[in-house]
Amino acid sequence: MQAPLLGPGLTYEAVTDKIVSIVLTRRTPAAWFAAAALSAGLVLVLLVAVTTLFARGVGIWGINMPVAWGFAITNFVWWVGIGHAGTLISAILLLLHQKWRNSINRFAEAMTLFAVACAGLFPILHLGRPWVFYWLFPYPDTMRLWPQFRSPLVWDVFAVSTYATVSFLFWFVGLLPDLAAMRDQARSPLVKTLYGALGMGWRGSARHWRNYESAYLILAGLATPLVISVHSVVSLDFSATQLTGWHSTIFPPFFVAGAIFSGFAMVLTLTIPLRALYGLEDYITARHLENMAKIMLAMGLFVGYSYLVEAFTGWYSGDVFEIALLRNRSFGPYASLYWLSVLCNVGAPQVLWVERARRSPWLLFAISIAVNVGMWLERYLIIVASLSRDFLPSSWGIFRGTRWDYATLFGSMGLFLFLLLLFVRVLPMISIFETRQLVADAEGGS
Amino acid sequence: MSKLPLYGVMAEFAAPERLVAAAAAARARGYRAMDAYAPFPVEGLGEALGLPPSRMPSIILLGGVAGALGGYGLQYWAMVASYPINTGGRPLNSWPAFVPVTFELTILCAALFAVFGMILLNGLPMPYHPVFNVPRFSLASRSRFFLCLEARDPLFQVEESRRFLGELAPEGIYDVEA
Repeated sequence: MQAPLLGPGLTYEAVTDKIVSIVLTRRTPAAWFAAAALSAGLVLVLLVAVTTLFARGVGIWGINMPVAWGFAITNFVWWVGIGHAGTLISAILLLLHQKWRNSINRFAEAMTLFAVACAGLFPILHLGRPWVFYWLFPYPDTMRLWPQFRSPLVWDVFAVSTYATVSFLFWFVGLLPDLAAMRDQARSPLVKTLYGALGMGWRGSARHWRNYESAYLILAGLATPLVISVHSVVSLDFSATQLTGWHSTIFPPFFVAGAIFSGFAMVLTLTIPLRALYGLEDYITARHLENMAKIMLAMGLFVGYSYLVEAFTGWYSGDVFEIALLRNRSFGPYASLYWLSVLCNVGAPQVLWVERARRSPWLLFAISIAVNVGMWLERYLIIVASLSRDFLPSSWGIFRGTRWDYATLFGSMGLFLFLLLLFVRVLPMISIFETRQLVADAEGGS
Repeated sequence: MSKLPLYGVMAEFAAPERLVAAAAAARARGYRAMDAYAPFPVEGLGEALGLPPSRMPSIILLGGVAGALGGYGLQYWAMVASYPINTGGRPLNSWPAFVPVTFELTILCAALFAVFGMILLNGLPMPYHPVFNVPRFSLASRSRFFLCLEARDPLFQVEESRRFLGELAPEGIYDVEA
């Protein structure tokens, strides 16, 4: 017998009222204000860091020659990867008829959106002249130039901007019927008008639902290959180069698995406190946490396997540079970070083989934090350890992040958290209409 | 009661199966201009109302094809015609390198067609609709299921239609002012 997906005795009314009340009627918990204050403070740190960057240039960061990519690209890859779990939950699990996704998809999609927003900042900040970022897009310009369409960096622009757009569309389409529910439940005329305008007059007609279901399902089908393509293209930024440690055919699947791994870790990191804060245990049940833990474990194993294959391929190639890279990574200047990332990404998730661990929210929370840290370190090492020692010892160098690097990284976390807190405050964080479907299923009807 | 002209008469139900049964009964009676309202997509409701299949798939396919052709065409135009540049001896029309951008634009256009197509096919945004004149209708987005027989149906007659809805044992029957 599997544990139920919803708490006992939930009706259509109860589901609607509970989720709507978090936004419309319940007092905002003090913890929300504390978290909002903290994250808004970090947003200010980000503003200062970015302003200084614009004023003084990328020299305030630790980047140098040979390590020109540093924190910015690490953060970019990390944030894009985090977004992937949201799309996986909302699109792929929808196609696979995994009904447990219904109470976490909205939240995970919002997470995707904000993670991609944070990710999108970094390549632009990393440009020496960020104000001309639009040169990356193809438009008939007065210089009569075009982007180099054979370059993975240009593919990346298309992949990430398409991903951001499609994620937003998917999220908005999912919200549409719920915005109508908010409109109908709101008491204040102003609030009613606002939700009404966003809901566009949705009235839940059978004709609406018919087009809606068709569009929603096909969108899920479109988002599924898209999400796989995005981190594959990101990985091609690396593997299409000649650099040892980057030039590898394993990169696309390795990056996609890592993305889903870190994304599920972030979903858990965010869901567990929110669920406790708003008393949503009837909606995000132990079974949801357990399922997510299982996916995280599976992805962690995949990532561990990729580490092994990468090392084996390097050794088996007999190539002097590949072997030097392996040695450098395991015993060189960044070795402690490497072993820490192996411990976080491969070691920590092994606890999840134990059922008790998968059902213990705060242990899961701790593991998810470890995975978040580990995956950031993994990306950091891919970039920094490989760049710092290329083919010629005379051009070797060491990278260390400056305080501005850290300010931008933690500032982006603040931005992410702040956006999420705003989302939780003004929009239904659980999909109401899909939860009603769960109620209908539980009643054996329709 | 309310004055004419009416938009229609509406019956309220408490469970999705009741709504589907009512819609099927109304269709069997010969009503065509009617609509059903539910707080979530109800399986079999479209069939009970006799709705045609959604046109969404063909619209989205159109978007995808436009995106694919446009995406490849853009790259072909830029790299072969407008700004030909020899990159490592590759042919100007180096199609394998054009696959990722073509793919992304295919998805992008299909998704845009899906969302805007759905919104437009549903006649949204719609600032006013008569069904909202029924106070109980706010429950259509919460917990209740509604069937509305519309006055433009040739079979529609206020008293007769009300009586017919009454036979379906609804929770309530309401006149919908236009």
